[in-house]
Amino acid sequence: MIEISNVSKWYGTFQVLKDCSTRVDKGEVVVVCGPSGSGKSTLIKCVNALEPFQKGEVVVDGISVGAPGTDLPKLRSRVGMVFQHFELFPHLSIMENLTLGQIRVLHRGEEESRDKGMKLLERVGLREQAAKFPGQLSGGQQQRVAIARALAMDPLCMLFDEPTSALDPEMINEVLDVMVELAHEGMTMMCVTHEMGFARKVAKRVIFMDRGEIVEDATKDDFFGKPRSERAQQFLSKILHN
Amino acid sequence: MGALDLSFFNRELITNFLWNGFVFSVELTLVAMAGGILLGTLLALMRLSDRSWIALPAAAYVNTMRSIPLVMVILWFFLLIPFLTGRPMGAEWSAVITFTAFEAAYYSEIMRAGIQSVSRDQVHAGNALGLTYAQTMRLVILPQAFRNMLPVLLSQTIILFQDTSLVYAIGAYDLLRGFSTAGRNFNRPVEAYLLAAVVYFVISFSLSSAVKQLQARIAIAR
Repeated sequence: MIEISNVSKWYGTFQVLKDCSTRVDKGEVVVVCGPSGSGKSTLIKCVNALEPFQKGEVVVDGISVGAPGTDLPKLRSRVGMVFQHFELFPHLSIMENLTLGQIRVLHRGEEESRDKGMKLLERVGLREQAAKFPGQLSGGQQQRVAIARALAMDPLCMLFDEPTSALDPEMINEVLDVMVELAHEGMTMMCVTHEMGFARKVAKRVIFMDRGEIVEDATKDDFFGKPRSERAQQFLSKILHN
Repeated sequence: MGALDLSFFNRELITNFLWNGFVFSVELTLVAMAGGILLGTLLALMRLSDRSWIALPAAAYVNTMRSIPLVMVILWFFLLIPFLTGRPMGAEWSAVITFTAFEAAYYSEIMRAGIQSVSRDQVHAGNALGLTYAQTMRLVILPQAFRNMLPVLLSQTIILFQDTSLVYAIGAYDLLRGFSTAGRNFNRPVEAYLLAAVVYFVISFSLSSAVKQLQARIAIAR
């Protein structure tokens, strides 16, 4: 579904991604972790071309993301994305946030879009909030709406860029629960997160990045059982303090 | 000079001399505001482009307009437009075109700040849904930029209203000219200009106060 081959990226002379290769197969959940500044968010944003890269190739569902002729809006409409700071559209109601892409990109009818939006709000437990504005919701609620917004486009796969790291601790689980449910339904997911509990529960593989490199790309059991690199061991010991 | 005599200021004076001028001043302000914000938004988007062949002409236009006194731009357009189009143009139309073109430079700086006040991740969020650049701007970024900048845009419009009095230079019949004509007819120029100042002050000051209240309300809503 997602194939990342030898991707390198520079900001000026600073190399943020060094020859990164990995893949996410259909129905797989892959967790990407690593210290801040390691390039994990940049890597995930290369998948839907929010960040351009200079070398290598990213292929999503058979379409090369970096190729000059690629219809990026179309490709992106099939790849759901959830951001660290939710990025709901603050001037639109919750329902309008959910219908905007459906109407403008997928050209669905108003009513069909609203029905779909309502179903998804129900699914993330926020049916009552449809008429409110993002600013009136808590962080956890906003992030669940953001997931619903991405799902409204019927995506082939979902990208999560640190979806819980801007949340207060008591709100993290309500978002993770939605993600776990999604994983159990067979959604293809690439998640940048430090929630190792989530990784243990649903991930098939865990990728560890440091200084722009993919240092470790292992099955979940291998990664938590015996990380091979010292850097991954150090990182794990820091975040798994209990 | 004797004491002020305001007896000439009556209902008839307003209908005969002032009303038409006032209507033109307001029309000029509203048209230049609408056109200026539209053109200014376009210029702002151009200036924020990564491509220098798009950004540079817009920057040159804005900086030029902002570096020339308005009254000179008014005079130059008045002389230039008939020369370029080969057709004479009335002072009123010339004023409308000049003010739209001139104010666009100022509105564009406001809109540029407004667009930059919206986080870059909002652009990403729009793009990630599959919206095109134009859709992302129109549906996501510009509404927020516009809302954030509304008080500043309105303040600029009040300045624009005051500046419309400069069309005096090309003989367009605006509010100020209404007063000056009346003053000449009744041989009371001092009183006429005094009253003109009071009228401009009352209009501008009440509008500024309204903008201030709006600003406070927006601040609370956020």
